[in-house]
Amino acid sequence: MTDKPLIIVEDLAKTFVLHNAESATIPVFQDLTLQVAAGECVVLAGESGVGKSTLMRSIFGNYLPTQGAVKVWHDGAYVDITQASPHEVLDVRRRTLGYVSQFLRVIPRVPTLQLVMEPLLENGVAFDEAKDRASELLSALRLPQAHWDLPPATFSGGEQQRVNIARSFIRKYPVLLLDEPTASLDAENRAIVVRLINEALAEGAAMIGIFHDLDVRDSVASRLFEVAQFKAAA
Amino acid sequence: MNAIPGRIAPAPLLSVEGLTKWYGHVLGCRDVAFDLRPGEVLGIVGESGSGKTTLLNCISGKLTPTSGEVRFDTRRFGLTDIYGLSEPDRRRMQREEWGFVHQNPRDGLRMRVSGGANVAEPLMNLGGRHYGNMRQATIDWLDRVELDTRRIDDKPRNFSGGMQQRIQVARNLIHGPRLVFMDEPTGGLDVSVQARLLDLLRELVRDLGLAVIIVTHDMAVARLMADRLMVMKGGEVVETGLTDQVLDDPQHPYTQLLVSSVLQI
Repeated sequence: MTDKPLIIVEDLAKTFVLHNAESATIPVFQDLTLQVAAGECVVLAGESGVGKSTLMRSIFGNYLPTQGAVKVWHDGAYVDITQASPHEVLDVRRRTLGYVSQFLRVIPRVPTLQLVMEPLLENGVAFDEAKDRASELLSALRLPQAHWDLPPATFSGGEQQRVNIARSFIRKYPVLLLDEPTASLDAENRAIVVRLINEALAEGAAMIGIFHDLDVRDSVASRLFEVAQFKAAA
Repeated sequence: MNAIPGRIAPAPLLSVEGLTKWYGHVLGCRDVAFDLRPGEVLGIVGESGSGKTTLLNCISGKLTPTSGEVRFDTRRFGLTDIYGLSEPDRRRMQREEWGFVHQNPRDGLRMRVSGGANVAEPLMNLGGRHYGNMRQATIDWLDRVELDTRRIDDKPRNFSGGMQQRIQVARNLIHGPRLVFMDEPTGGLDVSVQARLLDLLRELVRDLGLAVIIVTHDMAVARLMADRLMVMKGGEVVETGLTDQVLDDPQHPYTQLLVSSVLQI
């Protein structure tokens, strides 16, 4: 483990330009600076529309920031996600940077168990071990075993979300982005996810999260980060 | 503390530079450049007439470009411009190291010989002479693309469109290519059949570590298959990047239009 921050966001700005709506520009934030150390969970605060998800997606490389840098500690060096090639970003995502969204992007026909095993298989874990660990995690998340061989397309929102969480926690990502991972879960499942998050933090993961549920937020947050303080002028 | 971009940069498998094709005074594609690494899947998207297929044909050695280079890391000559090779050398390299999956299985299969013979043919072309081994390899591949191996001797026309496409996939992978071109591989299929084929292709690409260049106008196919995208319009590349970034935060007006035109279900 390193004592360096695992995430360094420097002077980040994001403005959307909608070319097909008379080039409307939507400024979101500017000069945003943030560092997250190992074992720390920074919770993004602010009302909806303030740019919390935009910041998360910019860190993940899903959105292209207008300015600034997002450095992620990967393999003993910082990789600037905003400048890295697609190939590098994919490597960082495969081995270092995980992302739990609210929605599961389902891949047609792929059974749940295999979906959860995939991040391990991609990292060279043997099939049997991957299968054991996926089964263990799905059991812990109380997803009925009868579901494991089915593709999750027809699952309920909460079930899909648990599949998503299993996919993200099966591999111990050093850096995790959590976009409302408990949004559609009941109290017991929320508690299980809180436990998973705290275990990962104890092992030295760095996290940035969005949680609207205050109980969950208070049980995982190391500190709050107000995105609104970097609001870009329109 | 310094970010080190380009740290993980193995030699490219394919390197395209300044690729331009004119049909008389009509532009096919202009000044296209990119590198492809082993195991990387590149999607080329754009509407009909944007130059996707022209580009694919130029890269895959089917259509001589007006200018520019297509360098491929050949087993025999190393990284070399494929249009600088002699015709027989280029054809041999294509047979040994590449695959090409057409949109219409009729363009990629011999309709008069059996499905099994179609799959085995690349092995024979590469000097395979042991009938039993080739038949076993064919059976293995038919099984791998989820076809009933008892139908090995049926003619392609007796298979459905989705099955024909899977025969074509097997035919193009059996000889262990390192680079496979795909031109709208799921274009003519029903959605359920399309999903099955996509899933199969995704799995094979991952398991075999194949590099793929796939042309599609279907953004969902692009998202599922490609690591990164090139967006074409009017023969030129207007945007490139990581697949989910190009689709979720498109920068160019044309890409924004393309992405916002996708129907949601």
